[in-house]
Amino acid sequence: MIPELGHFALVLALLLAAAQAVFGLWGAQRRDPRWMSVVRPAVAGQFVLLSTAIGALVHAFVSFDFSVLYVASNSNSALPTFYRVAALWGAHEGSLLLWAWILAAWTLAVAIASRNLPESFASRVMGVLGFVSFGFLVFTVATSNPFERIFPVPADGRDLNPVLQDPALAIHPPLLYMGYVGMSVAFAFACAAMLEGKLDQTWARWTRPWTTMAWAFLGVGIALGSWWAYYELGWGGYWFWDPVENASFMPWLVATALIHSLAATEKRGVFKSWTLLLAILAFSLSLLGTFLVRSGVLTSVHSFAADPTRGLFILGFLIIVIGGALALYAWRAPLLKSPAGFEGTSREAFLLYNNIFLVVAAAMVLVGTLAPLIADALGATPLSVGSPYFDKLFPMLMLPLGALVAVGIHAAWKRGQLGNNRRRILTGFGVALLIGVVLVYGVYGAGKPLTPIGMVLGVWIIVSSLFDPIDRLRRRLTLPRAILGMTLAHIGLGVGIVAISTVESYSVERDAAIAPGETLALGRYGYRFDSIKEIEGPNYDGVRAEVTVLRDGEPVAVLQPEQRNYWVQRSTLTEAGIASRWNMDLFVALSKNVGGGRWSVRAQLRPLIDWVWLSAAFMALGAVLAVTDRRYRVRAAGREPAIEPAIGQGSAAEQT
Amino acid sequence: MTRFLIPAAIFLALAGVLYVGVVHSPNKSTMQSALLGKAVPEFSLPVLANPGMTLSKAQLKGSPWVLNVWGTWCAACRDEHETLLGIARQNALPLVGLNWKDEDDAAIDWLRQLGNPYSVVAVDRDGRTAIEFGVYGAPETFFIDADSRVQYRHVGPMTPEVWEREFLSRIPRGVLP
Repeated sequence: MIPELGHFALVLALLLAAAQAVFGLWGAQRRDPRWMSVVRPAVAGQFVLLSTAIGALVHAFVSFDFSVLYVASNSNSALPTFYRVAALWGAHEGSLLLWAWILAAWTLAVAIASRNLPESFASRVMGVLGFVSFGFLVFTVATSNPFERIFPVPADGRDLNPVLQDPALAIHPPLLYMGYVGMSVAFAFACAAMLEGKLDQTWARWTRPWTTMAWAFLGVGIALGSWWAYYELGWGGYWFWDPVENASFMPWLVATALIHSLAATEKRGVFKSWTLLLAILAFSLSLLGTFLVRSGVLTSVHSFAADPTRGLFILGFLIIVIGGALALYAWRAPLLKSPAGFEGTSREAFLLYNNIFLVVAAAMVLVGTLAPLIADALGATPLSVGSPYFDKLFPMLMLPLGALVAVGIHAAWKRGQLGNNRRRILTGFGVALLIGVVLVYGVYGAGKPLTPIGMVLGVWIIVSSLFDPIDRLRRRLTLPRAILGMTLAHIGLGVGIVAISTVESYSVERDAAIAPGETLALGRYGYRFDSIKEIEGPNYDGVRAEVTVLRDGEPVAVLQPEQRNYWVQRSTLTEAGIASRWNMDLFVALSKNVGGGRWSVRAQLRPLIDWVWLSAAFMALGAVLAVTDRRYRVRAAGREPAIEPAIGQGSAAEQT
Repeated sequence: MTRFLIPAAIFLALAGVLYVGVVHSPNKSTMQSALLGKAVPEFSLPVLANPGMTLSKAQLKGSPWVLNVWGTWCAACRDEHETLLGIARQNALPLVGLNWKDEDDAAIDWLRQLGNPYSVVAVDRDGRTAIEFGVYGAPETFFIDADSRVQYRHVGPMTPEVWEREFLSRIPRGVLP
């Protein structure tokens, strides 16, 4: 009964999404306030209905209703409650439902926050969101109904994929979807602006906080996925350039470009058509990511979801939404005029360079990810370019970008002369060079050719970011949250570059088969295999080893790596034993029993690795600070005049 | 104007690539067997109610046959049983049963009470052979050709329509009695 209620709510939500799209878009075209007044109630109703659907599915999971096919396929009576809830997004059908629900939540937020926007504009934004929601709900109802019953009812479920039975991975998809779906808001703002035929600086200011928040969610989602891969997949890597990872990384790169280009559009009225294009691209790549993961075109070897009906459906949807938006762009963008000119060393110019590098990087990831498909389409042997391609090309783009950031932070709007800031740039670089060289040659020892470059650049970005806030504090000026947020995010970037350079150059690892009592030496450290014993969890059994890490013979940590066998799905998973220090991780993973009491283990020292993920936290915190800045709150109340004149006068004081 | 069309053009090319990707995707349906067109996995299983006898892949080679996965614990197998008896009366294809994760006594009782449509029933008590066939749940039915390759897989209870359309139609001309 309750699953049918959920299904019914899902279908009603689909109808409301259609109403929202039709009344929102057409009503605004007709300038008919009665039509437009339908939109907000439709948004609210859709949110309530989709919440009901989610609630019904959660209920089915929590109450072990194995008569629902999706529950039977992704749950089990031995599965702990937390994972029974998380199993909701453990596979295709539930993921789509979650996607639709998150879209409804973002739309509801837009509906509430857009009360002070011009009615026809707000109505178009919600109309576009309604159209996207309609597409996803049709897809869900027609091809992927999560409420489908199964008869005969199985006695027990097939269990959640053990890989997903982990706290970080359980919350990773919702965060990632918050980011993916959040990009739809920027997309809807862009489409609405093109339909209105009007794009001014006010538009950019409305769009910015939404985009920044979506970007932050996407970043944290990616970082969580990477962290999970590190400790759960058992081999200590944190990024594999796997198609699924790339699918989330591409929208992030483009969204990073977008938030910078929006800043220029808001402050200076430039890059209007470029900003529109980026907003379309960011959401397109989010949809493409969903397509790649859900259609199984790239992972068809081991994907259950490899279903061409679904693939063709999403592709059709992609063509309508993205193709439609790009056609609208080709029609409307030529009408937009960017009035202000700027110098080659102004802040606008640096933001443009930043955008070029980020978009080229995203294109490079896209080509690498789709290489097997492109080769297939051209009739060549399918080839996968894999990580060598990415590992070589990506730093080539990111290192120059890092240098541009370090210099560009100092540039002023419009007529920025770098000469005025020569002292800051050189001081910053000097300090960075000193710290970088000390780190590389003093602390860690010469690494790979790119190591010193990455290290110095990372430190340079951090130092450069600090000049302006320190200067403001010294001159007893206010330090708005927007600037604080930007500073924090840039520091996060610098930290990330330093951390990645360090991990890539100075990690040490050793694989060996050892028996209890033996010690595996790793530099100054020794991993002593103390004991191994059998364990039993709620839905698995396995073994847990105890490994004491010695530094110069003194014990510093005890690690407990596990090897788990999940009963129902009969798969074996590695839980690495990790001790995190501020400056490095001590890592050990247990592999197989090679006989004679010996176990094959992998021991690693990974310096600064936690800072790779913390850099994402810095960026997200920066984003939260920036969107809670007073200027958005005051203007949201509609008291502020439209646009302030943005006059860049040599100083960095008008930073965003 | 034309330069604003470039993104749309790139996207169309990309959509073409994705279309090829979807259409060429090796798995055509979630329920299609990974074994489609491939050789049947090797097996050698005891025969139900005939202690000491075994049934293996090699014994069945040479003419097309049908494998039906069933168990007495499976309610849908009872539903399809009447259809299977009808199929057996046609005598068009040998129907091999795979008694999956079941008790021998229960299985023998079942066939005695409901009638036996199978030419022979192999016993897969630990379910290993079913896993190698990629069985998702009982009942499932496979059409296997004379060269021991899986040609079709049907998930769920067999119906006369499916039998007509997907199984009988696959028998090469001249083999029908």
